[in-house]
Amino acid sequence: MTSETLIILALAIPAVAVGIIPIFNSQPNLRETITLSAAGLLFMAIFTLLIRVLEGERPEVELIQVVPELPISFAVEPLGMIFAAVAGTLWIVNSIYSIGYMRGNNEPRQTPFYMCFALAISATMGIAFADNLFTLFLFYEILTLSTYPLVTHKGTDEARAGGRLYLVLLLGTSTVLLLPAIIWTWFLTGTLEFTPGGILGGKVDDLTLGLLLALYVFGIGKAAVMPVHAWLPAAMVAPTPVSALLHAVAVVKAGVFTMLKVVVYIFGIENLAATGAGDWLLYVAGFTVIMASVIALRQDNLKRRLAFSTISQLSYVVLATAILTPISAIGAAMHIAAHAISKITLFFAAGSVYTAAHVTEVSQMRGIGRKMPWTMTAFAIGGLSMIGLPLTAGFLGKWFILQGAVDSGKWFAVAVIVLSTILNAGYFLPVIVSSFLKPIDEKTSKDDTIFHNHGEAPLPIVIALTLTAAGTIALFIFPGALFDLASAMVDLGTEVTNIVPEPSTLPAGEIGYE
Amino acid sequence: MISGNLPALQVVLPLFGAILCALARRGWLAWFIALVVSWIVPVIAVGMILQVLDSGPISYAMGGWTPPIGIEYRVDLLNAFVLLLISAVGAVMLPYANLSVQSEIDEDKQAWFYALYLLCLTGMLGIAITGDAFNAFVFLEVSSLSTYAMIALGKDRRALLAAYQYLIMGTIGATFYVIAIGILYSMTGTLNMVDMSNRLGDVATVRPLFAALAFLTVGISLKFALFPLHSWLPNAYAYAPTFATAFLAATATKAAVYLMLRFFFAVYGVAIVFGIHPVSEILIVLSILAMFAASIVAVFQDNIKRMLAYSSVAQIGYITLGFGLANAQGLTGAIVHLANHAVTKGALFLAVGGIVYRMGAARLEDFKGIGRQMPLTMAGFTIAGLSIIGVPGTAGFVSKWYLAIAALEQGWGWLVILLVLSSLISVIYIGRVVEMAYFREPEGKALEARDMPLSMMIPAWVMILGTIYFGVETSWTAGIAAQIANDLLAGVQ
Amino acid sequence: MAAFQELVQHYNSWIAIFLMVSGLYIVVARGNMVKKLVGLGLFQTSVYLIYLSPGKIIGGTPPILSDQYTVYSNPLPHVLILTAIVVGVATLALGLALVVRINEAFGSIEEDEIFEKDVEA
Repeated sequence: MTSETLIILALAIPAVAVGIIPIFNSQPNLRETITLSAAGLLFMAIFTLLIRVLEGERPEVELIQVVPELPISFAVEPLGMIFAAVAGTLWIVNSIYSIGYMRGNNEPRQTPFYMCFALAISATMGIAFADNLFTLFLFYEILTLSTYPLVTHKGTDEARAGGRLYLVLLLGTSTVLLLPAIIWTWFLTGTLEFTPGGILGGKVDDLTLGLLLALYVFGIGKAAVMPVHAWLPAAMVAPTPVSALLHAVAVVKAGVFTMLKVVVYIFGIENLAATGAGDWLLYVAGFTVIMASVIALRQDNLKRRLAFSTISQLSYVVLATAILTPISAIGAAMHIAAHAISKITLFFAAGSVYTAAHVTEVSQMRGIGRKMPWTMTAFAIGGLSMIGLPLTAGFLGKWFILQGAVDSGKWFAVAVIVLSTILNAGYFLPVIVSSFLKPIDEKTSKDDTIFHNHGEAPLPIVIALTLTAAGTIALFIFPGALFDLASAMVDLGTEVTNIVPEPSTLPAGEIGYE
Repeated sequence: MISGNLPALQVVLPLFGAILCALARRGWLAWFIALVVSWIVPVIAVGMILQVLDSGPISYAMGGWTPPIGIEYRVDLLNAFVLLLISAVGAVMLPYANLSVQSEIDEDKQAWFYALYLLCLTGMLGIAITGDAFNAFVFLEVSSLSTYAMIALGKDRRALLAAYQYLIMGTIGATFYVIAIGILYSMTGTLNMVDMSNRLGDVATVRPLFAALAFLTVGISLKFALFPLHSWLPNAYAYAPTFATAFLAATATKAAVYLMLRFFFAVYGVAIVFGIHPVSEILIVLSILAMFAASIVAVFQDNIKRMLAYSSVAQIGYITLGFGLANAQGLTGAIVHLANHAVTKGALFLAVGGIVYRMGAARLEDFKGIGRQMPLTMAGFTIAGLSIIGVPGTAGFVSKWYLAIAALEQGWGWLVILLVLSSLISVIYIGRVVEMAYFREPEGKALEARDMPLSMMIPAWVMILGTIYFGVETSWTAGIAAQIANDLLAGVQ
Repeated sequence: MAAFQELVQHYNSWIAIFLMVSGLYIVVARGNMVKKLVGLGLFQTSVYLIYLSPGKIIGGTPPILSDQYTVYSNPLPHVLILTAIVVGVATLALGLALVVRINEAFGSIEEDEIFEKDVEA
């Protein structure tokens, strides 16, 4: 099978699943088989592709020219490959988890749920493999629209309100800011193709460049840079597998992925660094990192705390992008993957606690680790990864980002990273500590039958969160492929090959360069 | 023999079909006649567009009288495009008519309805094909008169008022058009559009021509409901039989818009219309007002047919905005939006028609829970709604893209922002229907509602898939539109 | 004086304009639907004059091809207006038919009264 076919397959497999799932509306087991086998097929397609990309292949497909010079086309480049691989892998885990969660909680309307989910995955693949900004935008919007029904899945007033905010902010920013930015870019350059080194270099003056960057940064609402972050906490009303989809698999990742793509392939790192038009972004991102962490500290609702943690972690990626050195861009790419696997673990754990014990608040979780050791161990691993401790995936990206910041003398960024690490520890460690070490607080457990008589969550949930927790550690131990891809991304644009050492020979903790 | 007479057949066929329908008396027979005619007409249009693409404009002397004395039917790329658009919409929609008309119109009036439909089709095709300015007036009135009667057949008694109101406004518009033609005739001594355009060059700046342009602009604008001359349209679309609404929304305003295009760009020419007179400024201001005012009003409508009608007024704003920008990209955007809006709005009304068929009406509360009861119908509505909003991958996006680029070429970045802002308003009015359909529990009649029958579902979905197809593959829409725009701006006849 | 002459010379246009404006005024100002149609008819008729009067040449004959007649009026406007009259008649007929139906359905042909009833409906 050619790599071109594989790209199309990656989009088509989930899309076809969307069509097949409703046929088995009344046979849940068959329906879930469809989801799982589509996820499995997608996984195989993506990993065949991954191997070829690691070997240096860069397949491209052009489907059709919508307007002259405005094609829908796909190309696999390293950053997109990372994103696709993350999303493709996590879809399997998430599907397993969804089955446990949706059945465990007797959620209604499961068929549309799985359909929208598959559609969102298809859109994610489109974003990952998009060869130009137009194609990316197309799938970006499909992703928004297909996740909207998921956010509002519960159908309560609260869910509708949250969904409305979700839709208005994401559609609003993308049409009012991102779309004009895209049109403007096309008008200035006559192309939207992702080109190593950027397409805007030398075409516009610094002021326009800064303005365009602002349109992109705030237009890509999915990246949740403050002040366009409000949709993310609002979307917390969704069922947990959806939160996992939003935070780990697709949506926010699509945001920072788009941001990284735009900076690297539309503006060009060197171009932006030379003109200084993007310096402000560092401060906006830094502010978001700190602010979101501070807010997270004050949240008692576990999912909301995780949501603000996500906002903070996303801006890490934006911050890394804004440092504008190749090494920090590598860090950004790696952090996308690391955050994905860690955050999905955390959400799985939160959902597991909800399913088994119907607990949603941090203050109610005292001693719960004794009843649910698997869940809370996974939660601990995810939390440590968020803080960025070694032995977890979160360490990798942070290390590279820090390297880039120190290297380029961006001390503000260094300070932000250090401070936020402390804050992260501040809101994750207490949860972990109290859930294992404190005795169960009788006062908070009003309904004894619910609270005392639960054990672990249903098996699919436990399997899923154990897998992702293991993945969080595995990614730290075997970062080779990830690092290869991430560095291949900047290799294309700038000449950093000589300053980055051979990754395969290095243990992950000691990567540095002189 | 036949290939030589295609231009005449294009008009004569539906005209005779109308007579047959009137004679047929029985609803199903009239429907069948209309169906046959509607399916032949686009074949003729395709034949002509291929001929035009191959060997340039076709000139057909009606009755053998050579132009400029006789009436000339002249088919160039622009006409051929409009002819194909109108006839294809008719062909796709007509199978839908059978059940929809049966459910909304009395048995003894059904045959008349199809006769009126074919007359309306005759009129619109006639407007598009004729090269004679006065002949265009006659066809304009043929289509308008039949439209008034079609609207009056709506089952709500307010349909009568809507038809009456439209008759008054429409007749004033048509009379303004006649005044303009009278002045043009007295200045140039000809009614043939090509001839007129040649002779106008000598007297371009005299005042009567300006007066004629003013009458023409107002008269035709009334016909296609340019804001603020749109007051007839919402009621007419809201109370007409659903099939008539869908057909008219997709085609009627388009024929009038074509007429304006023809006069602005082919008869007068860009230099006079946009060079000397402030038409561009006027059109742009009115278009922007239409885009916003009509969209905002649409948000507050309870009757969904009426809401879509206001949306049409807003969408016409996009078309005239493209005129006003008067550059190649803008004109391409306007022409391509003719087609894209026809497909999109047609699809929306056909979907709403399915709800009217099952629920008996299309008020917002009738949509409660419809998403679950009529999944295919509502999915179609949602997709077509996305095209109205202009989401990429749908037809609506392509038009707006061209308009945005045209605005940037003029250096008007603010216009791009206005374009996207107005799209956001359409998110609201489409969104509230979608929310109602998917997030409320069905009640009353809706509990028994099922998807519409196949003969209605297929035409609706052809249009719905069309909105996606034309959002991705645009060589038949934007490709041809770009060619037309270049021809028009270069003054090629 | 010259200006006055100018005015008088174009008396045909003035008549047409007067009829046109009165017709439009009736359409706008009257609430009675039949009267509105009368105004509409007047408005249309004024346009016939705009066509016909310039077509007539004083002393001109019908266009007969013969050496005897050298000055003749343009026949085309007459033909056009014949068509326009037909259209006008059809419009009026349809309009009146609608008014009859409105009267049946609402029991009135006064716009104000009908709109009052429409609120109830």
